[in-house]
Amino acid sequence: MSPAIELRNISKQFGPVQANRNVSLKVESGTIHGIIGENGAGKSTLMSILYGFYQADSGTIQVQGQELKINSANDAIASGIGMVHQHFMLVDTFTVLENVVLGVESGWTLKASLDDARETLIQLEKEYHLEVDVDALIQDLPVGLLQRVEILKALYRKADILILDEPTGVLTPQEADDLFRILEELSKQGKTVILITHKLREIMAITSHVSVMRNGEMVAHLKTSETNREELAELMVGRKVLLRVDKTSSSPKHEILRIEHLNVKDQNEVSRVKDLSFSVHGGEILGIAGVSGNGQTELLETLTGIRSFQGGSIQFGAQKIQSGDKFDASLMRDLGVGHVPEDRQRMGLVTSFVAKENAILGYHRDKAYNSTFEMDETFMLEDCSSKMKDYDVRPANPELQSSLFSGGNQQKLVVMREMSRNPELLIVGQPTRGVDIGAIEFIHRRIIAMRDAGKAVLLVSVELDEILSLSDRILVMFSGEMMGEISADEADERRIGLLMAGIREKAA
Amino acid sequence: MNEKTENLLLVTLITTVNLLLAFIISGFVIWSVGEDPWFALKTMLYGAFGYDEGIGYTLYYTTNFIFTGLAFAIAFHCRLFNIGAEGQAYIGGLGVGLICLWLEDLPFAVILPTAIAASALFGAVWGAIPGYLQAKRGSHVVITTIMFNFIASVLMVYLLVNILIKPGQMSPETREFGENGWLPQMHELFGWIGIQITPTPLNLSLFWAFISAFFVWRYIWHTRWGFEMRTVGANESAAIYAGINVDRNIIIAMSLAGALAGFVGINEIMGFNHRILLNFQFGYGFTGIAVSLIGRNHPFGILLASLLFGILYQGGAELAFETQTIDRHMVVLIQGLVILFAGALENLFRPQLQALVHSIFKSSSPVTAHG
Repeated sequence: MSPAIELRNISKQFGPVQANRNVSLKVESGTIHGIIGENGAGKSTLMSILYGFYQADSGTIQVQGQELKINSANDAIASGIGMVHQHFMLVDTFTVLENVVLGVESGWTLKASLDDARETLIQLEKEYHLEVDVDALIQDLPVGLLQRVEILKALYRKADILILDEPTGVLTPQEADDLFRILEELSKQGKTVILITHKLREIMAITSHVSVMRNGEMVAHLKTSETNREELAELMVGRKVLLRVDKTSSSPKHEILRIEHLNVKDQNEVSRVKDLSFSVHGGEILGIAGVSGNGQTELLETLTGIRSFQGGSIQFGAQKIQSGDKFDASLMRDLGVGHVPEDRQRMGLVTSFVAKENAILGYHRDKAYNSTFEMDETFMLEDCSSKMKDYDVRPANPELQSSLFSGGNQQKLVVMREMSRNPELLIVGQPTRGVDIGAIEFIHRRIIAMRDAGKAVLLVSVELDEILSLSDRILVMFSGEMMGEISADEADERRIGLLMAGIREKAA
Repeated sequence: MNEKTENLLLVTLITTVNLLLAFIISGFVIWSVGEDPWFALKTMLYGAFGYDEGIGYTLYYTTNFIFTGLAFAIAFHCRLFNIGAEGQAYIGGLGVGLICLWLEDLPFAVILPTAIAASALFGAVWGAIPGYLQAKRGSHVVITTIMFNFIASVLMVYLLVNILIKPGQMSPETREFGENGWLPQMHELFGWIGIQITPTPLNLSLFWAFISAFFVWRYIWHTRWGFEMRTVGANESAAIYAGINVDRNIIIAMSLAGALAGFVGINEIMGFNHRILLNFQFGYGFTGIAVSLIGRNHPFGILLASLLFGILYQGGAELAFETQTIDRHMVVLIQGLVILFAGALENLFRPQLQALVHSIFKSSSPVTAHG
């Protein structure tokens, strides 16, 4: 039997960037095939070529043994390829059924096509154990079910080959396990699954084969059973990496931040943070776990002066801020709060600025960088240059436009700016999102070094592994509320996972 | 360093190619009405540079374009599309005129700084109001500045017809103010050192324009205030994150833009007309947008683009005067083509030229890291 998909010598160039270079890939029918690589390794480009979003500069694509030209998503669907995107492509105000039918309506009237589809869809749900209420509105469904709808959409379009792009990014660990069960079911029934991810755990848990990409090239094709996490990590990065974070136990000191009964509403008056109280001490890392979108962003933005709050108080050292008090990001900075924001490109950096300008963003009024009228550019340059060496930002060129740095180095640039001011409290959101393994290692070590120097660290991350390996105490947020606090040595994935899903522990 | 040189080369190349294209098409149009494109080109260049009077007029127009180009550019660095230089220049001129009428008995040394301050202040207020409305009320600055152009226009008509008009005359202008309020013109300056040149409106404002361009450059790229303004323009979320007051920066940027446009009043009222009259600013404000875009919103580029438009204005007038078939409208068409290719279709050849420039530099320097 010919392989489900065979790519030969695919190359694709975007301007000066070679996104794929002579990539070949063979995916056997009925397997779950993982493609792993760091951000920017070329995984998404490769899949976009397969799904018809881009056309390869050279190389051939064979699907079920037939050579094809895939010029659009419609071509891909026609040849039996379905894609589940990282960000769901669903209409919120439509029902599941309507979303599935959208774009492939049959017959003249909507009712006829919906009636037609209903039978087929229910049949599909039974066959693959993908139960979803077909008449439910998308906006009422939890994220885990939305993913099922996306898979159903692909199956309804008669996909034999399913591509899933980073499917677990928005799921709780339990939901991810559910997804994996579904994928196994699919493969048992003869479907081929391609799983794109940067998480080693998922590759080991579910795939039978794995291909590793690095710098636009395919560096290895392996049987999952014959490899291990360490080997894969090494292949991804190109050198040996330490997957575990070494740290001693914490020795908390005096309280640095205390928030009491904090309430935050967004611009639409929707409550995002509800009656939250906790404190952070010097010398400890407090981790806040939770599925993305459960109020963590709003909490971070409030604590750093970006967003106003509607109730409660924030006490930082001797300074107490009540709701209604005037405060902004520069006040919090003056008080000694460093902030590595969740999204470096949207908030942490001005990507059109050169590195030395971004290195002073937020601290640009500091006397050190200014003379009476003009900025002291010689000092800015020297200062940035020495910090870049210290924080291993590559290339260490203060005059380089920030958008030309890789994700990991952009993040190091932000971390450098905030940590080198030696703040009393460092607030970090998603410190390693979209960052390569080498940089993750570095950033984690720096965060722990800050803690060991007696500073307080508040860490928000949706990566449970990161929370577990860095935090001394863990708080879990769900729907703006605090679900519980767990100390690091009692924490495990299952306990936190349940809290993340909004299931409170029974009072013990 | 290489990044910078590469970028500069690319920008120069793109602008040159676009301008060439605009001129080639203009050439075809001129040829199609039965004139010789070469003759037209020569006439335009001769008109702009061929004799001292032509040069005087060219630089006099250039002065206005520098001010209105800067007025667009400084707001643009705060991501504000200032369409209001026309009105800001108009009101700035009102300020100049009022000071010159009011203080005409005082010495020139007192009037000049006061008049400059007044032009800046009047223009700044006319820019600040749309800025305020954008910042605090979310009214889009494009809409409000256009509206303020109209408001300025009717306000001036009202003032000149009903209040400021010189009694006993029909035309809506003030009386001419005293010579203490006249900015020396170039032919006078040259006369003092014994060189005779043909009188033109060109006056000392040209140097004020150069000084303004220099300060705008230092302000935008070398001060903390310019840094804040550029941050707001490039990424508002990052500005809020950095504790920068976005509203205040929007208002400041629009005020500065208005002040710069207001300087047109120095050139026109103090330097040439010596009275307040209707529509002395006509068209300079709008052309300033094209000047700034062609000049890449950089003061140095704006100086060059202003000179280009000065040439088009003065050389175009010469061409319309010299030939039967080419009239004023043809000249406007050529200006339009320049704006179309160098402004609106600026990126037409960017990919090809980028690849070209990149291949030149690739051989000499290693490519920087990509993620």
